[in-house]
Amino acid sequence: MEIKAAVLVFPGTNGERDAYFALQRNNFSVDYIWHDFDKSLEYDLICLPGGASFGDYLRPGAFAKHSEVTKSVEKYVSKNRGLVIGIGNGFQVLTEAGILPGALALNESNSFICKYVLVEITNFETPFTNSIISDEKIFKFPIACRYGRYEVNEKDINENQIVLKYVQNPNGSYENIAGIVNKDMNVFGTMLHIERAAHPLFGYGENNPIFESIRRFLSRE
Amino acid sequence: MNNSMNILQLALNLGLSNLEYNLIVERLGREPNEFEIYLFSAQWSEHCGYKHSKYYLKKLNTSFESENAGYVEIGDKVVVFKVESHNHPSAVEPYQGAATGIGGIVRDILAMGARPLALLNSLKFGELTKPKVNKIFKGVVSGISGYGNTIGIPTIAGEISFHDTYNNNPLTNVMCIGVADKNKLMSSRADGPDKLMVYVGSKTGPDGVHGASFASKEFGKEESIERPSIQVGDPFAEKNLIEASLEIMQIKAVKACQDMGAAGILSSTSEMAYKGNLGCELYLDKIPIRQEDIKPWEIMLSESQERMLFLIEKGSEEQIKKICDKYTIEFSVIGKTIKTPSYRVLEKEEGKVLADLPIEILVNAPEYYRNNTVPSSYYINRGRKIPEVEGSIDSVLKKLLGHPTLGSKRWVYEQYDYQVGTNTLIVPGDADSSAMWLKGTQKAIAVTIDSNELYTYLDPYEGTKNVVYEAARNLISIGAKPLAITDNLNFGNPENNEVSWQFERTIEGLISASVELCTPVVSGNVSFYNSYNDVSIYPTPVIGMVGEIEDVDKLLNMKFKSVDDEIYLIGKQQINVEKIGGSLFLYIIKDFIGGEMDTVNPLREIQLNKFILELIDNRVVKSVHDVSKGGILFAVVESCICSDFGFEGYIGSNVEELFGENQGMFIVSVSPTDSSKLEELAKSKNIEFRKLGKVVRKEKGINIGIENFDFNVLSNIYFNCIPKILEDHLC
Repeated sequence: MEIKAAVLVFPGTNGERDAYFALQRNNFSVDYIWHDFDKSLEYDLICLPGGASFGDYLRPGAFAKHSEVTKSVEKYVSKNRGLVIGIGNGFQVLTEAGILPGALALNESNSFICKYVLVEITNFETPFTNSIISDEKIFKFPIACRYGRYEVNEKDINENQIVLKYVQNPNGSYENIAGIVNKDMNVFGTMLHIERAAHPLFGYGENNPIFESIRRFLSRE
Repeated sequence: MNNSMNILQLALNLGLSNLEYNLIVERLGREPNEFEIYLFSAQWSEHCGYKHSKYYLKKLNTSFESENAGYVEIGDKVVVFKVESHNHPSAVEPYQGAATGIGGIVRDILAMGARPLALLNSLKFGELTKPKVNKIFKGVVSGISGYGNTIGIPTIAGEISFHDTYNNNPLTNVMCIGVADKNKLMSSRADGPDKLMVYVGSKTGPDGVHGASFASKEFGKEESIERPSIQVGDPFAEKNLIEASLEIMQIKAVKACQDMGAAGILSSTSEMAYKGNLGCELYLDKIPIRQEDIKPWEIMLSESQERMLFLIEKGSEEQIKKICDKYTIEFSVIGKTIKTPSYRVLEKEEGKVLADLPIEILVNAPEYYRNNTVPSSYYINRGRKIPEVEGSIDSVLKKLLGHPTLGSKRWVYEQYDYQVGTNTLIVPGDADSSAMWLKGTQKAIAVTIDSNELYTYLDPYEGTKNVVYEAARNLISIGAKPLAITDNLNFGNPENNEVSWQFERTIEGLISASVELCTPVVSGNVSFYNSYNDVSIYPTPVIGMVGEIEDVDKLLNMKFKSVDDEIYLIGKQQINVEKIGGSLFLYIIKDFIGGEMDTVNPLREIQLNKFILELIDNRVVKSVHDVSKGGILFAVVESCICSDFGFEGYIGSNVEELFGENQGMFIVSVSPTDSSKLEELAKSKNIEFRKLGKVVRKEKGINIGIENFDFNVLSNIYFNCIPKILEDHLC
């Protein structure tokens, strides 16, 4: 069964080719969708990649939430048509649009941080993690962001929405949170550049654990 | 005062000399008007006109100014690359200076029709403990981070050194690498008359007016008045310009492309037409401007960022405008090429003529050549006796690890997105150079950037050769075959005999090294007037080198891999302590620069390089690290620290042997089962080698026989070096 993924591209997005490469390697069929797309998104997976949509001016994601395609994503989510992931800037867009709770603030260091971090998967009961075939709970992924400090009011998030936690907090994120899902568990956002874990040459396995889990989940349905 | 007196005075104020003014009058056969003199002042500035360097650069590469960047071929791809400086702007406004430096070099690569894939930089600062330097350092790093990360081009490697010669003249050199399909390169040469010159990108404002002449002057006491010469970067506009340009260049009707860099519209249009033996006509009212009160000459000279010039066939305007609309950038037809070889600027089509100049007079700045004499400083420096270094090996090693030139640059590179694009095969800090995977193939591009101001000051000729060979060794260390060079020549005031001599000798060194190594110089840049109150910086040629990796699976780094692996020194075995002049440890410990420097032996070096590549190709060795700044001990310690292993063995007995710098040495590690193979191969090729010791667990420390260092202590000094200095000298 062919699983169709869309990678959204806003002006200023720069991680679209990375997401494309990673998804393709994990056996998705992938299309790019430009930000003015206002029709219904007929895909199994929507990926909002990293970068600096609209130059990150004002606030990261502040302009992208007004794009037509973001409204299409909102409908897609409420209809529960498929899964959505936001990586880096994509996560920021999803929180700005209110699709995911919380916000991403300037790193504690006040500067951009690019490095590898270790994270623990704290909830294996989501579509994004429930088919990970590994006994490991700890994974290594890169981060690369300036606004990566996750902030959220305690009442706005349930414990089971927290999917990933930093082993060592790199940017001051609340409760070491590195990745979350929405209440319906069909939208996932993370500051980890999971799409860069795409090839053995970069020091990873053949398949990406999270994309693999998504694919298994979608092909089971 | 009559009019011609006024024009002359204006010419002098704008930085032209009396002599140059007279030359203009003589060549034109008339007085230039006010508008025209503005054009000459920019086009004939050192920055655009290469007045003091042309004579020498022609020896280096006969086509040195023909295209925006040089290239090499790897497989069915073309790798385009160039290094460029933004030194003067970085001194005055570090963040914007560095940011727009990136923007500029990226557009050079883009103008060739290649997608920019990676950035490198070579940065030079004064003493980091000085508040002014501290501020410049932080500003430059955050400028690179802010602009480079936002446009989504990874900064994958670089070098940074700190020396008091750069206290008032920091150097920001940025290199960009792009890739295009073969036969898809774009030219900057106009290919015929009656084609449209099209302006694409951001609007033109008065920023950066006189930038080119600003970069052609020394800094003096009243530097604050230079601030308006600094351009301001908008990375979002650049990102849109990159994507739009790549789409535009797919269109067949697009014939040429040139970025608007120094002297903006003026130099891009005049050079594009001149290269095609044509003239051009520009209509000022068609140029998108940011504010109404901008003067005509300001429009011509503005260095507003994120603008490109395209030459297109009539009829393709709509198609190109559509792409510009998609990316919300300006599009305007601003003029056309004409058969008559004249450079004509009009207020509007059929309107008042502001300038009408024979294009070859405008474009060809005079060429200066001095009969240089060897300066006495050269003999004095060489004659200085290398001082005794007191103090224990332990204290010297710790001082070196804690010096920002040798200590880890993690504080810097963690602020750069070095992975976006997912082609980066070697992350910063892991090896002597980096590598970019050409996806869909087994091949990769290897890249490095290098310089050594101590060597090139002591002896510009031999020093430059050493730097080129060192760059080659960096590539060899990861398993790459060196292919070609780009250079950025950072010098002081060229009107000074010593500087002019340094420049001439540097070029000669560059020529002989590039011929010996078969790595042609395919692109480059010159930055003069890096001086302050008549004191010039040390001559600093920066060498960017590109190589080819045949098989990405064989890529190596400098990290030791497993306990009990054996560590060898390959190449030169005995440090000649008479020839350690220019060694970094002498500068750091004794503040000493002088004495005899070791020089390369071309034949032996080339054999050695070939041998190391053979070891890597046959998978005999597990890590390679070349010995450079800090000597043999520093190289071994660095491999230990970055791989979390210790060392046990013997390297040498005195400070000179351990830290002194000689040429032509590599440290390799090999599994115990392969060591006899390594030794046999070396013997058969007549390559000298010596077993230094073996890899041990880090808990056992770094034991060199005469001394045992605690691993964690050294590692902490190394990694915390820059953060500690910044914390101790908060400003």
